[in-house]
Amino acid sequence: MAFTLKINGTPHEVDVDGDIALLWVLRDVLGMTGTKFGCGQALCGACTVHLDGQPVRSCQTPVDSVGNSAITTIEAIGRTPQGAALQKAWLELEVVQCGYCQSGQIMSAAALLKETPKPTDDDIDAAMSGNVCRCGTYHRIRAAIKHAAGV
Amino acid sequence: MGKLILKDQVAGQTAVSRRAFLQGTGLLLGFALTGASTESVFAAPASQVIENEVTGTFAPNGFIRINPTGAVTLIIPMIEMGQGVYTSLSMLLAEELEVELDQIQVQHAPPNHALYANSIIGIQNTGGSASVRAFWTPLRQAGAVGRNLLIAAAAKLWSVDPATCRARDGVVFHASGSKHLSYGELAEAAAKLPVPPAANVKLKDPKDFTLIGTRAKRVDSPIKVDGRALYGIDTRLPGMMVAAVAISPVLGGKVKTVDEKAALAVKGVRQMVNIDEAVAVVADHMGAAKKGLETAAITWDDGPNGKVSNADIVKQLEEESKKPGAVARNVGDAGKALAQAAQRLEAVYQVPFLAHAAMEPMNCTVHLQKDRCDIWVGTQAPTITQSQVAELTALPKDAIKIHNHLIGGGFGRRLEPDGTILAVKIAKHVDGPVKVIWSREEDIQHDMYRPYYLDRLSAGLDVAGKPVAWTHRIAGSSVMARYYPPYFKDGLDPDAVEAAAEPPYALPNIHVDFVRVEPPGVRTSWWRGVGPTHNVFVVESFIDELAHAAKQDPVAFRKGLLDHNPRALAVLSLAAEKAGWELPLPERHGRGISVQFAYGSYTSQVAEVEVAADGSVKVKRIVCAIDCGMYVNPDTIEAQVQGGTLFGLTAALHGSITFKDGRVEQSNFDTYLPMRIDEVPVVETHLITNAEAPGGVGEAPTAIVSAAVTNAIFAATGKRVRSLPIDTSSLKS
Repeated sequence: MAFTLKINGTPHEVDVDGDIALLWVLRDVLGMTGTKFGCGQALCGACTVHLDGQPVRSCQTPVDSVGNSAITTIEAIGRTPQGAALQKAWLELEVVQCGYCQSGQIMSAAALLKETPKPTDDDIDAAMSGNVCRCGTYHRIRAAIKHAAGV
Repeated sequence: MGKLILKDQVAGQTAVSRRAFLQGTGLLLGFALTGASTESVFAAPASQVIENEVTGTFAPNGFIRINPTGAVTLIIPMIEMGQGVYTSLSMLLAEELEVELDQIQVQHAPPNHALYANSIIGIQNTGGSASVRAFWTPLRQAGAVGRNLLIAAAAKLWSVDPATCRARDGVVFHASGSKHLSYGELAEAAAKLPVPPAANVKLKDPKDFTLIGTRAKRVDSPIKVDGRALYGIDTRLPGMMVAAVAISPVLGGKVKTVDEKAALAVKGVRQMVNIDEAVAVVADHMGAAKKGLETAAITWDDGPNGKVSNADIVKQLEEESKKPGAVARNVGDAGKALAQAAQRLEAVYQVPFLAHAAMEPMNCTVHLQKDRCDIWVGTQAPTITQSQVAELTALPKDAIKIHNHLIGGGFGRRLEPDGTILAVKIAKHVDGPVKVIWSREEDIQHDMYRPYYLDRLSAGLDVAGKPVAWTHRIAGSSVMARYYPPYFKDGLDPDAVEAAAEPPYALPNIHVDFVRVEPPGVRTSWWRGVGPTHNVFVVESFIDELAHAAKQDPVAFRKGLLDHNPRALAVLSLAAEKAGWELPLPERHGRGISVQFAYGSYTSQVAEVEVAADGSVKVKRIVCAIDCGMYVNPDTIEAQVQGGTLFGLTAALHGSITFKDGRVEQSNFDTYLPMRIDEVPVVETHLITNAEAPGGVGEAPTAIVSAAVTNAIFAATGKRVRSLPIDTSSLKS
């Protein structure tokens, strides 16, 4: 089936079965590899993208469910004020280790800051506990979110 | 976003190789675990490591390339998997080469034992917390040789004494102030000069370091915050197909039935490959490949391991550990001292199988052709991988091209080439490049696990409460015997007893032995922290038991045994002081301490926990003191202490792989639990600064943390945790 996906402001035509996960369309069909595969079951958050600004796990998002929603990925999140502030904070506070989960972390954090510009620790726990980091960068993720939010 | 580019690691640039690969020399045999010469990296021919090298490139050794455009490249021998080596090794080179850190581009070294072996490990492997330790001297020597030659080239051009010239930020200046030339302008002339022996070069006094020891920014961060960084799993090649794979759920099992027709009917599926031990569905994209694999309804013939269970594995360990093992250490007469002791203690400790569960699932891209085999993968072991692929394909080693990548978490998993071997077996049936990706379930269920160990200990105290006897028997799989056979001698695995054979304490009569017990149907391997991860938990717990039996404070008791060991005493004292060891705590709260010497570093941690009435454990704070001698980047050390502590703590609280009917019972992050942000304790790092030789850091906090936590649980509840993960049901009030 053919779908037209609005990704980072640009329409993309793809021809795949409707039940194929958005993750694989992004990564394999369109070559946008910034969005990562981690678990395939919406348990780790590595594949987080935004649909109309809402964070979703693209590994569990069938492409036929996307419709006309605007898809934003890590490649373009820096164009939003929250994304840009977070990327800057990530660099200033040296959050990154292996880096593999960080696309998803930043996407979840960007959605959090859009909704809650001055998050509390509890807000951060609630928004970020779906994102796994095996390197254990959580201390710095929390600090960088606060840094970006100016709290 | 930073000027530095990691060649071949950035989306949008070609990932196809521009490297040529020298034939690797020596593999597994003929290397030494310690004491390998660092001079070999300079002795071997350094030319031709990079394909299509620009004419006039200055290449004085295996590490440095400066071409006439001024690009400075570090051919980096170790792989980046989060631990920060791209930054720390670049800092070592930049300090002596006199370039700014962001002038350096990093390019992965090809497999080449002679040029790039890690002298601590004895092979070109990234592991053992050994990267900075091994390259501390060679990379500074390489930089100094390069700088001196560039200065000599300038002096020759100017007809001046080299002593009147100096180098800074990639430029050579003459003292007169009137002349200067950039490294790029000097490259061609410097390339024509004879290269002096590295050992003769004078290195900076550490007090003159301007970069080493600073909180320099990580060089790999900018490409990791906006999706540009390319890991092995991100490989894309013209004509490449993607394969999903199902491996026999039981080790040694084979495919019984498979519905190939159904799989091929899925849109986008191109091919099914059945290699008995596994089935791969090859498709245009992973979505179709996964769907095809699910449709294929595979059934398996379990083979001889179909009945393997954890209960049987533990029973075997219990039996075998009653027999004497290979002696790792025997000082005095522990048996006699034990018999004469005023007080005797015995305990059995157990630690489980653990998966690595790195965020980037196992994957490998292979293009097998008649006369060459290209491999795109993130590997900690490029020479081993090259060698094994050569054997499998019957191609010469130099026809096996390893395109190494950033790794999305290694933790030891990528020391094993099994993922690459499986991909090559599949690629033998595929025309064109194929990327094989494991699902998370395949990754967890076909890992090579940290061994299950069962330890038996006994100790004796004299009337004053001093230990007079210590015996420790370790039973479990030997990773060393399989991976580095020359180092498994007379039944003794030096890794399995590391940090147990030589605890930091004064123990006058000590006997430590090892019984190798290989579990059927289970593959074991290196896991972050290796031997000490298990042994420090056991030794530090049992020392705590001794302190309790001696009716002494755990810190005071340890201090009494560390008179001879000032660095261990110093980290212990610092951790206790910073943690406020003496301060009172509420009911069911407790502090625990542990001390460790491993990877060349001294570490001590104090954990503070709260145990709820239902037995659930909240780790509130971890205070870590570390003495790793001279260090490169204190911010990286703090990051490793934070992350390494959480890695070990995750295992202590949640980590266990179990077998039933030959199958792993856990499958994804809902059954093999990672720590999440809402469970993270405060982690503080207190770094000791001195002039001792550099020690390793990446694994130290992982190995030490579980004992600190279980000792804190004892302080909070009076209940001794002797097996991991912590069973909270046993801690109810």
